[in-house]
Amino acid sequence: MAMLEVKNLSISFGGLKAVDNFSVTIDKGQLYGLIGPNGAGKTTVFNLLTGVYKPDSGSIVLDGLNITGKKTIEINQDGIARTFQNIRLFKELSVLDNVKVGLHNHHSYSTIEGILRLPRYFKVEKEMNEKAMELLKVFDLDQEFDYKASNLPYGKQRKLEIARALATEPKLLLLDEPAAGMNPNETAELMETIRFVRDNFDMTILLIEHDMKLVSGICERLTVLNFGQVLTQGETTKVLNDKRVITAYLGE
Amino acid sequence: MKKNKVLVQDLITYAVVFLLWGLVGILEATGQMTSLLRGLLVPLCIYAILAVSLNLTVGILGELSLGHAGFMCVGAFVGAFFTKCMENTIPSVGVRFFLALLLGALVAGIFGILIGIPVLRLKGDYLAIVTLAFGEIIKNLINVMYVGRDSSGFHFSIKDTTSLGMDETGVVLIKGAQGITGTPRAATFTIGMLLLLLTLFIVLNLMHSRTGRAIMAIRDNRIAAESIGIHVTKYKLMAFSISAALAGVAGVMYAHSLSTLAATSNNFGYNKSITILVFVVLGGLGNIRGSMIAAVILTALPELLRGLNDYRMLIYAIVLIAMMLFNSSPKAIELRSVVMEKIKGKKSAAKEAA
Amino acid sequence: MSFLSYLINGISLGSIYAIIALGYTMVYGIARMLNFAHGDIIMVGGFAIFTAVSTLGLPAGVGILVGVVVCTILGVVIETIAYRPLRGASSLAVLITAIGVSYLLQNVALLVFGSNARQFTSVVNVPSLKLAGGQLSISGVTMVTIITCVVIMAALTTFIKKTKIGQAMLAVSEDRGAATLMGINVNRTIAITFAIGSALAAVAGALLCSTYPSLTPYTGSMPGIKAFVAAVFGGIGSIPGALIGGIILGIIENLSKAYISSQLSDAIVFAVLIVVLLVRPTGILGKKINEKV
Repeated sequence: MAMLEVKNLSISFGGLKAVDNFSVTIDKGQLYGLIGPNGAGKTTVFNLLTGVYKPDSGSIVLDGLNITGKKTIEINQDGIARTFQNIRLFKELSVLDNVKVGLHNHHSYSTIEGILRLPRYFKVEKEMNEKAMELLKVFDLDQEFDYKASNLPYGKQRKLEIARALATEPKLLLLDEPAAGMNPNETAELMETIRFVRDNFDMTILLIEHDMKLVSGICERLTVLNFGQVLTQGETTKVLNDKRVITAYLGE
Repeated sequence: MKKNKVLVQDLITYAVVFLLWGLVGILEATGQMTSLLRGLLVPLCIYAILAVSLNLTVGILGELSLGHAGFMCVGAFVGAFFTKCMENTIPSVGVRFFLALLLGALVAGIFGILIGIPVLRLKGDYLAIVTLAFGEIIKNLINVMYVGRDSSGFHFSIKDTTSLGMDETGVVLIKGAQGITGTPRAATFTIGMLLLLLTLFIVLNLMHSRTGRAIMAIRDNRIAAESIGIHVTKYKLMAFSISAALAGVAGVMYAHSLSTLAATSNNFGYNKSITILVFVVLGGLGNIRGSMIAAVILTALPELLRGLNDYRMLIYAIVLIAMMLFNSSPKAIELRSVVMEKIKGKKSAAKEAA
Repeated sequence: MSFLSYLINGISLGSIYAIIALGYTMVYGIARMLNFAHGDIIMVGGFAIFTAVSTLGLPAGVGILVGVVVCTILGVVIETIAYRPLRGASSLAVLITAIGVSYLLQNVALLVFGSNARQFTSVVNVPSLKLAGGQLSISGVTMVTIITCVVIMAALTTFIKKTKIGQAMLAVSEDRGAATLMGINVNRTIAITFAIGSALAAVAGALLCSTYPSLTPYTGSMPGIKAFVAAVFGGIGSIPGALIGGIILGIIENLSKAYISSQLSDAIVFAVLIVVLLVRPTGILGKKINEKV
């Protein structure tokens, strides 16, 4: 059963076709990789999927629901959450509060209840704190819950972004280069965490990554993007041994 | 644990208000209160409310507004107008003032929404200049407004009093550039203190609620906030209009502390907005207690320096520049941290020696 | 005929705004800061010329030169002492510092010259021009102002296109980091920008005070704000934008004074600014900025 079905997605910026006729199908619970050389249009695909850009043509169907052309916040409420290549945390907020902002739409009380501190405020805040701490524990961030997000080391910032995305209870999680800037140890640990998230949260995950160890280690299927077009897609081992892929990465 | 930290910080903020209140009480009781100081008490409350409310826009929402005095102006005129109109209907000054405060806040809040809808689409310096423009427009419009009332109801003109065309029972309520005269001076220090506490209560509780977190998340990273389903426009408008409503409250206070209320540049011009902004920046962006204390000190200081007469504003300017350089210059920050390290180093060395 | 004369006076006022707006726009483009004290430099220029001409009895030309020199030096000194240490600090910190400088200049002028308005003797001695059989009269100051503005625009555009310093200014405004890597002395380039902007402010001061001869320590603030509006209007950072913004603003202001209400002219000017920014969020000639995700 498909969680995400993208058909013939295209967008161009000033005559340049950034993404050209992109199609992919991702099954429920799959760990899917999107790879390709720099500038191939991978992040643009993410931006299209999350409504940052509106596609010129094509369709995006999430779990049977057509989300093509919807706004970012609607798409998040429909079930896609993401992380960013250049980390985008709420820098001045605490680690805990970063996750609590992610819980915003699922744990609700009104502004008036918040200002007047009515019973519901205390009840929901307690729920939120527990839920957020639970998530932080998964990413081994619970010790640093009251740190300012910008004071976390780089690797932990990336993890916090994933935790925040998960807090919105998505069906599909998009990770944009989660291992960028991490050392091999951290990357190995991150691979474990991603697997854990998939298994324990019943998550479907699409990730962009350059670290081939990570890609071959955890991704079940891959799509290779080159100059905005799908070069090939299929099972990880097959794709990685494809001559065209090697040429695309290393040149002729 | 973390929750307690927030609670303690908030309690300290309230304590500062009570401390000020107590201090004034002691001065009164011991007969140390000079007329100069007494005249300062209500303005202190007004500016503290203005600074705290502007910090909601500039510090918490992260949008630079140079039009805060405009919302204050709306509140002031709505409040004073209401009081004048209800002179005979509601005899109790206290009740009238209370209702005026509510109405002033409400109308200023609505202005906040109306102005916020177009303005909050803009960014950074463009947003700043447009808020300045709105503030000036409000001031100018009120300056040409003539409103009167006679037996047949309200009359309105933007020319002069004669073109109101009222019969002999007519009373001019708003007289163009001369504004509104004869508002009872109902704003007392006690009411000011209570309103300041209320303002703090609203802003601090808002900050530490779900709504406040959403607002600060938008400030820190709009794109990320959208990506996790935060309705950016809604929360921006909410912060902006609450800030405007609180400025309206300060405006109503202001109107009821003067015998004549006029929309002059001194009262409600962009320079007033800038004065309030200075409190916020010196007190620390997002630091509610800081902006309150900065407002109190910087309002009192020039008045207390009256003895220095012509030099006081000059001193104010120099102090302002010096403080900004000291607080924000990258070199000064580096220097300070080096000095701090040294002090800390000495302390720990001393500890080790002992 | 009266419409034509209002229009011409509007263009003249707009030319003054344009000259002031140039200073704003160049400084913004290069140092990314709103120099709120720019309007007060005009006032300082006015007082410098006033002192030279009315008090010391120097000829008008020398007076203007004195004004230009004083303002240029002042601009560079302010930049070095107050703004340079804040390079890299938040733009809000720089803005508040600029406001502090503005207060400082106003209060120094208040101490030296007092708060009473001084009568400024026009530094432009050109007879007025009578057209259409005397029905349309254009004052000398009006003509000189418009011509000066055109000359300044042309000179400045050439300066930026043709000289090394001008190119350095462009480079710094495009990308300060890259300009530094290319060996451009950023601090010097910014100082030169302030010098030019302040010299222009002195010229604007001379023209402004010759048109509206009452001079007080606050003379510069409102024209300063309006010129800033003009700069934003035309697209801040753009030199032709400053010209277009200034002229349009001057015309709107004068025509609304004449035909609608003199008390509401400022409100109308600001309202037009708001409308323009809502349609084009970065002004008429401003560049569109896209945030990369």
